[in-house]
Amino acid sequence: MSKFSFLSGKIGKLFLAPFGDDNPITVKVLGICSALAVTVKIKPAFVMALSVTVVTAFSNLIISLLRNGIPSRIRIIVQLVVVALMVIIVDQFLKAFVYDVSKQLSVFVGLIITNCIIMGRLEAFALANKPFPSFIDGLGNGFGYGLILIVVAFFRELLGSGTIWGYSIIPASLYAKNNGFYVNNGLMILPPTALIIIGLIIWWQRSRRKNLIDIS
Amino acid sequence: MEENLNIFIKSIFIDNMVFAYFLGMCSYLAVSKTVKTSTGLGIAVVFVLSITVPINYLAEKYLLAPGALSWLGDSFKEVDLSYLSFIIFIAIIASMVQLVEMFIEKVSPPLYSSLGIFLPLIAVNCAILGGALFMQEREYATIWEATSFGLGSGIGWMLAIVAIAAIREKLQYSHIPPALRGLGISFIITGLMGIAFMSFLGIKL
Repeated sequence: MSKFSFLSGKIGKLFLAPFGDDNPITVKVLGICSALAVTVKIKPAFVMALSVTVVTAFSNLIISLLRNGIPSRIRIIVQLVVVALMVIIVDQFLKAFVYDVSKQLSVFVGLIITNCIIMGRLEAFALANKPFPSFIDGLGNGFGYGLILIVVAFFRELLGSGTIWGYSIIPASLYAKNNGFYVNNGLMILPPTALIIIGLIIWWQRSRRKNLIDIS
Repeated sequence: MEENLNIFIKSIFIDNMVFAYFLGMCSYLAVSKTVKTSTGLGIAVVFVLSITVPINYLAEKYLLAPGALSWLGDSFKEVDLSYLSFIIFIAIIASMVQLVEMFIEKVSPPLYSSLGIFLPLIAVNCAILGGALFMQEREYATIWEATSFGLGSGIGWMLAIVAIAAIREKLQYSHIPPALRGLGISFIITGLMGIAFMSFLGIKL
């Protein structure tokens, strides 16, 4: 029974570790490629996080089921094919149900294939572990990645457009065009700001957890 | 010709793979510790991008785009295979990387030993797949335009990684708060370099 009581024991640790000390973005530096360009607004960031979670979890599951039948010489190709299939399913799903977000994400849905989180987890975890822990590990890493994405998107949308999830937060009467004083920070919408915000998140995390500081 | 040159310059500076789209960030951050290794990786990326983008262009034009199979006969005019593009692109990239690796190993062993470890790494570099997907999205008219795009974005990527490697070599001698050292400062510097590159946006080509 205790094996399935969630968030405790080994399985819970697999699920929770990626949120903090084992975060795929800020600690392991994986999956930054397709992540940052989608963080201008919270909504596309949320959809992207969900897609990556689904792809990571299910390709982890599939590779873990196949792990004893894959010759190690061609494992990269097998992994790429499984991941590409999952991404095609997700892409078709997004096009069918949330077309506008799918247009905004443009090439970045396809780039989930080469997202290093997925390949990294497949190589490091799914090839050596049973299906259920692999699935949980995929879910955890997907959510850990999503957490950073949404935090970055929150700051960029709030400071750059004055909205959260598309709803205005800053009262319209404060804006300069309505004789107020407030102007949105245009710098926040530009891509480089995402990098700077992640740099600051890493700084904050490492000054709290001294064991994460790299010596080099 | 003029159009090709425009696309070439544009993809180096304005639509720079790293600073405008964050593609290939993983290897960009992991391999940029010294100028020497990052030049090696940069050359490999230029090489692979300028080979795979035209090949993917042909695949897109004669296989994947709606109505692209019409050269097989009238009955194939309606076929639309575009949903297969991810899997075809990644398969082409993975096999091209393998071929290029074997070719270089045969023809030029010194080049092979200097690129050696980086070539297989490149198959999963997002900049390569990103190049193919941007090529598909922007619908370049001729194969020459696609080639200049591939070559240009490769050179842009190389420029970025060599620049950050040079900065990181100097960073070792500066006083940075311990928690910011390494990864954190690299992110922030890349952001600042990105802002500097934004100034190219004003150029209309």
